[in-house]
Amino acid sequence: MSTMQPLNRRQMAWRAAQDIGSGLLVNLGIGMPVHVADHLKPEADIFIQAENGVIGAGPLAAPQAADADLVDASSRRITLRPGASIVDSTWSFAMIRGGHIDITILGAFEVAANGDLANWDMRVADKGPLVGGAMDLAACARSVWVIMEHTTRKGSPRLVEACTLPLTAMRCVSRVYTDLAVVDVTAAGFVVRDLIDGLSQAELAQRTGAPLTFAPDVRVLTAPALADDQ
Amino acid sequence: MAIDKRVTSAAQALADVADGARVFITGFGGAGFPNVLIRALRESGRKNLTLIVNSATHRYSLTHELIEAGLVCKVVCSAARGQGKDLSPFEKLWKAGKIELTCLPQGTFAECIRAGGAGIPAFYTPVGVGTELARGKEVRRFADRDYVLEHAITGELALVRADTADAYGNLTFRYAQVNFALAMASAARLVIAEVRAVATEPIPHQRVQLPGIYVDRIVTVGA
Repeated sequence: MSTMQPLNRRQMAWRAAQDIGSGLLVNLGIGMPVHVADHLKPEADIFIQAENGVIGAGPLAAPQAADADLVDASSRRITLRPGASIVDSTWSFAMIRGGHIDITILGAFEVAANGDLANWDMRVADKGPLVGGAMDLAACARSVWVIMEHTTRKGSPRLVEACTLPLTAMRCVSRVYTDLAVVDVTAAGFVVRDLIDGLSQAELAQRTGAPLTFAPDVRVLTAPALADDQ
Repeated sequence: MAIDKRVTSAAQALADVADGARVFITGFGGAGFPNVLIRALRESGRKNLTLIVNSATHRYSLTHELIEAGLVCKVVCSAARGQGKDLSPFEKLWKAGKIELTCLPQGTFAECIRAGGAGIPAFYTPVGVGTELARGKEVRRFADRDYVLEHAITGELALVRADTADAYGNLTFRYAQVNFALAMASAARLVIAEVRAVATEPIPHQRVQLPGIYVDRIVTVGA
């Protein structure tokens, strides 16, 4: 009987936040990634860029201070951090395409062993497409990290040999934070850096759709107790 | 006669818009939607419109009213998914084959419009290479990377939301209200701005975010 405790969504965001150093410009995608901002290390003085042109997004605004004109790319009413500025959409995306974003953290449906990312189209019948800024960020940020559950609700792997869903960008992802592991995407495929307690390497491999290599110094994936979303 | 771009109503501002116009609409995430002008355009009954708008389905924009009213034949956007469980007005008409859709990555969408206003007919971007959104488009290699050829977008009309204007059409914006306004205003033949207030004095030059030379008509709509 396994005693493993998969990370919840908040804990996954916390784990990714621990790897963000000071002085960086970071873009956080819709969903789990935006919560990374709540769990940054105290010494990490970073600027968060939102695609709508906000450079230096701060915490969510208190209800009485919320302003409909001050929003992030998730339409959330936010505040600005000291030193913030705001540019228009063309400049915002020139910033993204020009390689000025140090790290973008995105949600995903699938990541392939070569770094291909599928995160914009689940092929839901009848629903219109929604790509937003995902392709721009995935193709052009200096580092593309993903936060996602290791498997689908039905148990199919999300880390795969080749994506089955429509691609967002090719060969772009360099690291994946899941509820079970932290996995680097390297020229030699997936390399596991962290693994939760109570799950064997063979059991993780069973839940993964492509070969895994384990780093010689593979660590235990842990996070503080954090209440999950919803 | 001194320049004065103020008009008395949204209806008057839109009086000479023709059927079949390609219409830019600003706004992102709740900021900068020209909802008074959108509603006036619907009430004008102009048909066969092409909307160039970041989202066809955003819940704070009235874009859906134009679509629901059957006035729109094509949408160019980066987001066309309804938020609810049921299909959005756009999705229903799109599925029924009554609205054509061009979906672009948001940065490509913005740059196509910027190019349209800047005299650049087309450009290469690394975004979208190897994806469905690049299907059928020319791909060219520069140095060690592939790029997709994207074409400029221009239009007949831009509807813009801003904070303040002066009689010259100079505009200022609050926070993230500016989003697509600068690009869209540069790429359209007729630019109408709805603003919270018109300043009695010219806006100081260092505060002008969109020069009045890009703006044709100003409608004061309040907060």
